[in-house]
Amino acid sequence: MATIKSREKCVAEPAERLDLPDVGEWKRVSPRYVVVETVGTVVFGLVLAAAAAAVWFLFDVQWALYLIGAIVLITGTTVAFEPRRVRAIGYQLRRDDLLFRRGILFTRFVSVPYGRMQLVDITRGPIARWLGLADLKFVTAAASSGVLIPGLTGADAESLRDRLVELAESRRAGL
Amino acid sequence: MTTLADGEWHRLHPASPLLRGGIFIVAVLGFIIANLRERLIDVFFGVPRYGGDPIDAILERGAVGWALLVVAVVLLLILAVFYLSWRMHTFRVTGEVVEVRSGMLFRSNRRARLDRIQGVNIVRPFIPRLIGAAKLEVSVAGQDANVQLAYLGSAPADQLRRDILRLASGLRQQAVAVADAALAPTLGLAPEAVRSPGTATTPGIAASPGTAMSPGTAAVPFTVADRARDFFAPELDPDAAPPESVVRIPPGRLIGSVVFSGFTVFVVLAGIALLISVTAGGSDWLLVAFIPTLIASVSFYFTRVTKSLRYSIAGTPDGVRVGFGLLTTSNETLPPGRIHAIGVSQPLLWRPFGWWQVRINTAGHSTTKGAAGEANTTTLPVGTLADVARVLELILPGFDSGEQQALIERGLRSKGGDDGFTNAPRRAAWLHPFSWRRTGYTVSDGIALLRRGVISRELMLIPLARLQSVTISQGPVTRMLRLASARLHTVAGPVSAYLGVVDVAEAPIFFDRIASGAISSAQADTSHHWNQPGWNQPDRNQPNRNQPNRNQPNRNQPNGVTE
Repeated sequence: MATIKSREKCVAEPAERLDLPDVGEWKRVSPRYVVVETVGTVVFGLVLAAAAAAVWFLFDVQWALYLIGAIVLITGTTVAFEPRRVRAIGYQLRRDDLLFRRGILFTRFVSVPYGRMQLVDITRGPIARWLGLADLKFVTAAASSGVLIPGLTGADAESLRDRLVELAESRRAGL
Repeated sequence: MTTLADGEWHRLHPASPLLRGGIFIVAVLGFIIANLRERLIDVFFGVPRYGGDPIDAILERGAVGWALLVVAVVLLLILAVFYLSWRMHTFRVTGEVVEVRSGMLFRSNRRARLDRIQGVNIVRPFIPRLIGAAKLEVSVAGQDANVQLAYLGSAPADQLRRDILRLASGLRQQAVAVADAALAPTLGLAPEAVRSPGTATTPGIAASPGTAMSPGTAAVPFTVADRARDFFAPELDPDAAPPESVVRIPPGRLIGSVVFSGFTVFVVLAGIALLISVTAGGSDWLLVAFIPTLIASVSFYFTRVTKSLRYSIAGTPDGVRVGFGLLTTSNETLPPGRIHAIGVSQPLLWRPFGWWQVRINTAGHSTTKGAAGEANTTTLPVGTLADVARVLELILPGFDSGEQQALIERGLRSKGGDDGFTNAPRRAAWLHPFSWRRTGYTVSDGIALLRRGVISRELMLIPLARLQSVTISQGPVTRMLRLASARLHTVAGPVSAYLGVVDVAEAPIFFDRIASGAISSAQADTSHHWNQPGWNQPDRNQPNRNQPNRNQPNRNQPNGVTE
């Protein structure tokens, strides 16, 4: 019984957020990236809502209405948190590795040594291009590394790419 | 001895097109036999037949000449195609690359850089094995990027692999330099004279790397030792490897391991379900449906066992050599530093017997299926704790101090607690009720050890020099419990190195240790040319260090000059 109590006590204590102490200042992505994310979320929400509406309209199913409500609610919340989520994206060029973080609900920190770089990808979606933004993807031999820095300004992305290639070149290692 | 790795273009075994076109030939033979079976039976057994096969038709129409002509033309065409494809299929091995040119209409040219080699595999399928041919495959990282030499003579294939590995190890340049320098003065020099201890090397020769080593120490210079290794490398014959480094599996244990597998549990459960359904008066179609499954499971057991029979893993100077197979044999050499992650695991059913399995992640994959019917990732299909220790010694050279062996042992069997591993806190029991005590990590000498699981115990060893990236993450549930999870990213494979629960205060420490360890290990790592000075080759990997002194004159030759 005592153990269970102590466990409950543990849970009751204030939750502790995962964070890296003593790291330098995070570089943030462009605030304009909020627009890209928002548009994406809204479009996705609209498509889902339209599908639900079609179900309601064609088959006269009552619960589809609640589904639409839920979709609108979730989309609204996601959009409301969008600025915070974008602010949570950060990266740092440390001496020997690239540090990357993202997420507020699901937080993730990644460290990739520069020498592990296989290639750097820069991609631009239609809305991002309109805003002058680009995504930079750092690809290693591990498929799961998944370092994708979104919402960089075009010039930033290109200079970051060149810098990363240069750093990787000077720290080249095998696979 | 002539070598295929002399930088010149060479051709494959003359029977190669025939062997590679094996299926086609079998199909043609099958077609002929199917059409002429009565005639064949008549010829061989004297059973009378009733006519109606193609030969009868030809005879009736008096078209024997035409038929013979057609057969001759077809045969000639096949021969010409085979000859041409053999002529056009050439390969060469230089100091830098392995290169293959092939194809008649669509020429292809493929090069693999030697310092990017992930493994060299020699496969002897049953039929080619009969005529003494073997397929040599050089794996490099990437999808479908392997260089295949199918087929070579059996002995030349072994020789070629040795040469490729020797060239890839970065040894050639030095070896040649030393040999040239050593040639003239050593003639007529008695070995006893040059082995007199306490003499120093002259500066002139010391400039050549690897020779500036004072005699009398246990350490052997790289060049001399490596050259000797070239002569004594146990690659020739699966049975010729140094016995102290060979791990084998008794057939009884192998069969047991296959019987006590998850698949058996499935079959037994299915059988029970079937019995219940039949006795409960269900329809009989289930019984019928079960029969193919039964047959399939028998063939599954059979292939599992025959594939893994005659299994051996041995240490050679140029890496670990994993061989197996009864009729079709395969043995792959993985040079040092090509293993990205190692997973030692024990399914629940194996625990009473104390059996373990070792699997690895590598960047290159041979196209030939491995011992357990999957890609060549199972390094030890089943073994005792002692076998696991020996295999780990082979694939992680240098990771064998008493403390490290204790770490491995505790990583495998410890129930948790304060035993060198940093474990998850008690509150992790909410997520991992049984295994939280054991879920932990430690770092030792550039190797990260992660252990987890109680029902199915697992220990992962990740050489940080090969680590691609490291992640710590936290979701809502883990945040509520003040936990986090961690993952080490390696190349894809059966071993996935993650810890589901880590103390949130410990996670950043873990992150820092792994990230900085990965950087420093990668900088110190020179295993792309594993025999060049700087690669810290442990002594155990030099089985010939107490070999006779045929190489001693080379090493100590400067002493002879000063005398």
